[in-house]
Order: sequence, then structure tokens, then C-alpha cells
Amino acid sequence: MAKKKAEAPGETTLGATDAPTRLALLRSMLLQRRFEERCAEAYALGRIGGFCHLYIGQEACGTGVISMLRPDDYVITTYRDHGQAIARGISSRAVMAELFGRSDGCARGKGGSMHLFDRNTNFLGGHGIVGGHVPVATGVGFAIKYRGGDQACACFMGESVVNTGAFHEALNMAGLWKLPVVYIIENNRYGMGTALERASAIHDIYQRGAAYDMPRGVVDGQDVLAVRQAMGEALHRARTESMPTLLEVRTYRFMGHSMSDAVSGTYRSKQELEEYMQRDPINVLRHHMEAKGEIDDARMAALDDEVKAEVQDAWDFADASPEPALESLYEDVLVETTT
Amino acid sequence: MPVITYRDALNQALREEMQRDDRVFLMGEEVAVYQGAYKVSKGLLQEFGEMRVVDTPITELGFAGVGVGAAMVGLRPVIEFMTWNFALLAIDQVVNAAAKMLYMSGGQYHIPIVFRGPNGAALQLSAQHSQAWESWLAHIPGLKVVSPGTPYDAKGLLKAAIRDDNPVVFFEGEMMYNHKGEVPDEDYIIPLGKADLKREGEHCTLVTYGKSVPLALQVADTLAKEGIHLDVLDLRTIRPLDTEALATSVRKTNRVVVLEEGWEFCGVGAQIVDYCQRDCFDELDAPVVRVHQADVPMPYAKNIEKAAKPDAAKTIAAVRKVMYLD
Repeated sequence: MAKKKAEAPGETTLGATDAPTRLALLRSMLLQRRFEERCAEAYALGRIGGFCHLYIGQEACGTGVISMLRPDDYVITTYRDHGQAIARGISSRAVMAELFGRSDGCARGKGGSMHLFDRNTNFLGGHGIVGGHVPVATGVGFAIKYRGGDQACACFMGESVVNTGAFHEALNMAGLWKLPVVYIIENNRYGMGTALERASAIHDIYQRGAAYDMPRGVVDGQDVLAVRQAMGEALHRARTESMPTLLEVRTYRFMGHSMSDAVSGTYRSKQELEEYMQRDPINVLRHHMEAKGEIDDARMAALDDEVKAEVQDAWDFADASPEPALESLYEDVLVETTT
Repeated sequence: MPVITYRDALNQALREEMQRDDRVFLMGEEVAVYQGAYKVSKGLLQEFGEMRVVDTPITELGFAGVGVGAAMVGLRPVIEFMTWNFALLAIDQVVNAAAKMLYMSGGQYHIPIVFRGPNGAALQLSAQHSQAWESWLAHIPGLKVVSPGTPYDAKGLLKAAIRDDNPVVFFEGEMMYNHKGEVPDEDYIIPLGKADLKREGEHCTLVTYGKSVPLALQVADTLAKEGIHLDVLDLRTIRPLDTEALATSVRKTNRVVVLEEGWEFCGVGAQIVDYCQRDCFDELDAPVVRVHQADVPMPYAKNIEKAAKPDAAKTIAAVRKVMYLD
């Protein structure tokens, strides 16, 4: 953290991992990767419609952040939400069924790829208007403080959000009122096809936190262990001091912005893409674990088979799940008031 | 029964609901230390403290979103817009967040929130401060839209809005805050979605709501002296609209005038006309006539501002027209 470091019990303990935790992180990231590779296939087959934004390359961000949360904390995010939903513990079956537009989806087929929700895991949704969910996260922080708990809210956003008015308004209030929200900027360098340098007057965007007197920092988003440590510090500050944090996580999107965008696109070179792909977050952790003797090729292959089977099961489940009943069209517009 | 102002009726509703339910809080610009730009929140900071009566920066989009987030995880916010003209900056939170959350979450997250404040024109505030937004928001599935026309209705409807588990858009009026009327001290609720027949007559139905209610009653009194008796149907809730009360009145009088503050094109009156032709086509003895603001931005100069607004003379002329008296 660049500023206002909390007097935390030694940094190493905050995001520290043991071997089983590292394996769980590896498995989660691998599951997200294999899940989304099948999403691309399903999209090409017309099983998934609408917009579909893949998280491939960015898995360490959501996995690192969410692995530090308690079940009673809250997560809110953007439309690039598949990986985070799975990291939070929504079943791959419920996510795939939602993408297929089926009644067993985590939003009953009403939300689709951009709007995954799950009350059981306090997953407050993927949101489709860039910047729109950031004030909502501030409101969640307000409610936590209002009730006097020590929960926290993790709010994910892409780097292009920092140029919206909603971001400024939301972070100003969180800084002013000292609300327990961690604002995580997943800086994948491009807002759709517009490079950060072509959109923001400053390029170290975590420094925007200075305007809100907010603790802030930047971390390598390809290293899930580094993300965990930074998130650990931010959460400690949120829980013990009710302080917000602006955390910039530097990452890279290995796929196009959405399914209509070719992988390297017109806005970045193939060479640049290939350079970034050298730091695949799954391999970064895998190499770390190999050095510790915690994984080898055979165990990695077995793990891969295991998650591929889970994804196939999710696909089969989604395929078998019925379409929403026609009468559900008119359900969930208003709720019956009971008070 | 005590006679109090529309402002104090709203204040009573807020106070009673905040006493009744500690999840209810009030948030907006100048609601706390300043005691409300129009003093609707007078005394609430002193009674409930700064966590429940919250002054915000000037940041409509931001604090509307804060309300949505708080509602999502179990609180019951009342968000005050100093005027609905400023709320346009917050429209994304009202339309894309509050109104959609229940649906796009497949029924998992309801948003019990009230967005309230004065709507429509006051006096000589010109184009940006004089707009009536109810037709915009009534267009959106997932919202309830309420606009009380009397102090009694203001209290009962605001209490119902706060207790409702859905997002409720609540339109008041700067020119109404000083209106006086009988308001019981005790707890009462006016259910949302129910219109109120404020005058009974057999010759013509005058449909209206909100700030136009006192004007409609004045017109009814004037015309009664000429032997023309109006049903004055106060919608009270614009969405969901009480189509049954509308049809009942139209089937009795066979003639309809709609009076609203806003512009004509896609206005609330257009929807009323549609319900009339759908439900009462054979019972109509004349085309429905609409009274509304002139189709221009609101001007500043007194004379042309007056010419732009609906008034008694225009409403009386409309009634005479549907009764073929001219």
C-alpha cells in the first residue's frame, strides 16, 4: 500500500497461504479457465446469447480477492463476472444454466452472462452499466456501518470506470464517511478497445484515491498470492477501522472485449498479447507450487481432468435444465409487500 | 381533526415511520443540519441523529446509488431529491439499478426504497427547474409512481411508500408544501394503486393527480355553480394505475378530461386516453380532451410562463368542449 498502512499483524500473515490453500486457488482458477473456454464454444454454437465477456487471463484478481472474504461479506461486480461468481462459490452448474438462459440458472434465466446474482453467497450481481454499480457498493458499505458490523464489501470494476462520474461520487462518499468497501480496479489496460493511456489523464490510476483521502495501492494481478496479501491488508483496514481502500490490480485480458471482438483486435498487437500471455496467472501459481514441490505434471493433469469433468457436468446440467416457464416473464417485476 | 400543511404531513409520515422501523433512514442534500431545503425534514436530525438523517454532498447519482446498495442488503432508505429536476443526474440508479434489480436477479434482490422530492414547475424558475417527470418514470416496469394532491394523502401515501418492498418514486410539489388540510395525528396508510374520487358528479370525469388536484377541485366548484357536476378522479398512484376506478367513473359520465402538469407527447394523459378507448370505447360520448403544459421548455417571463401552464380557464374550456357546450 502506498499510504496509510494499517498497523496490521505482519503483512506476511494477512495473505499467507498454506499448501492446501494454494491448491484450492489453483483449482479455482483452472476451473474458471476451463469453464470459460467452454463458454466460448457454447457461444459459437448459439447456446449462449447476448453479450459474453470472458475473464480469461484475469483469474488471479477475482480469485485472490474473493479467497480472502468471509461468507458474510459482499461481492459486487461488472458484466465480466463469470470467474468471480465461480470463485465466490456459485456452482458452475448454476452459472452455466444462467448463461444458457435456463430456469436453474442463478438468476432463473432473467439475467444472463452480465447479471449473475446469488443471495446465498452475497453475490450482489454483475452489472451492465460501466460505473453504475460503484455507488451501489458504497451503499452496501453504508449499510454495514449503519448496522455496526465488521463485514466488508468487495467492489470489482474495470479501469475505464475511473473516468465516470459515478466512480468519483461513490469514492468521495466512501472516503468522507469512512465506509468498509474495497474498490478493486482490474486494470486490464483496455476499456473495450481504448487503451488506458488514451482515456485517463493519469496512468497510475490507484493515485486517484488521493482525491478521496483513501488508502490505495497497486498489485501484480497475475500473481494470486500478491493479490491476496494486498486484499488482506485492505480487509483488515475495513474491518478494524471501517476504512475504504482503492486497490489497482494490474492484469491483462487474453481474449477480446466480448465475443464480437477478435482476440488481439485492432487496438493491440499480437506481439503485445503474446508477451502478456507469458504471465498466465495459472502458470505463475503453478510454478510457485512446483518450486515448493506441491505439484507436478501428473497432479496438474489430474486436476485439469477433474475440472474439465466438472465443466462438462455443468454443461450437461444446463442443457437438461428447462427453459423458463412462459409465465415467469411477468414474475419478479414487483414483489408482494408483506409489511 | 388537526389542520396542518402538506409539508408537515410529510414530516409526520417520515417521523412515524422512522420511529416504527429503525431500518428507515433519510438521505439527501440539506436534509439534516439545514433541516431540509423545503423543511420537510425539520427536527428529524435532532430526533434520530446523523446516521439516520444524512446530509450528502451534491451528488445525486452517487447518493441515489448509495440508497440502492443499502436497500439491497436490508435497509429501507428514503432518498430526497431537492427537486426531481436534479434527479435526472441519478436516472441511471433509479431506472437501471432500483427498477431492474429484482427482475435481473431472478427475484433474489428486492429494493425497498423511496425516491422523493418536489416535481414540476414552481414560479419563474425557467426551463431547467420546472419540469414534471412522472411520465418518464411511469414508463418503467419495476417502479411504483405516486403523486399525492392533499396533506391527508401525502401522509398516508408516504407511509405506504416507505413500507412498500418495491422502489417507489414519490412526487411532491414546491407550491404544495404550504397547502393546508385535515390530517389525523395517528398512524394510517393509503394503499398504493388506489385512486380517490375527490368530487362526485354525473356530467364529466376530470382525471388528475398531484399538484393539479387543488386546481381540479377549484374547477369543479366553479362549474358546479353553472350546474355542471364533475367526477374529480385523483389517481394518487400513477403506476400501478387504478383502471377500475377510471372505468367506473367514465361509464357513469361518458366524458373525460385529463389534467396534468407535464408535456402532452407521451404524457400520463396519453395513457389515460388509451385506457378509456380500450375499456370504455362504447361509453364515450366525445373524444377525450387533455390539458397540459404547452409543448415548450418553461419560460421565465411571468406572462408567457402563465400561458405555458395548465390553469382553471383551460380546464373549464376543456370540460365545455367534451360536453359540446361551446
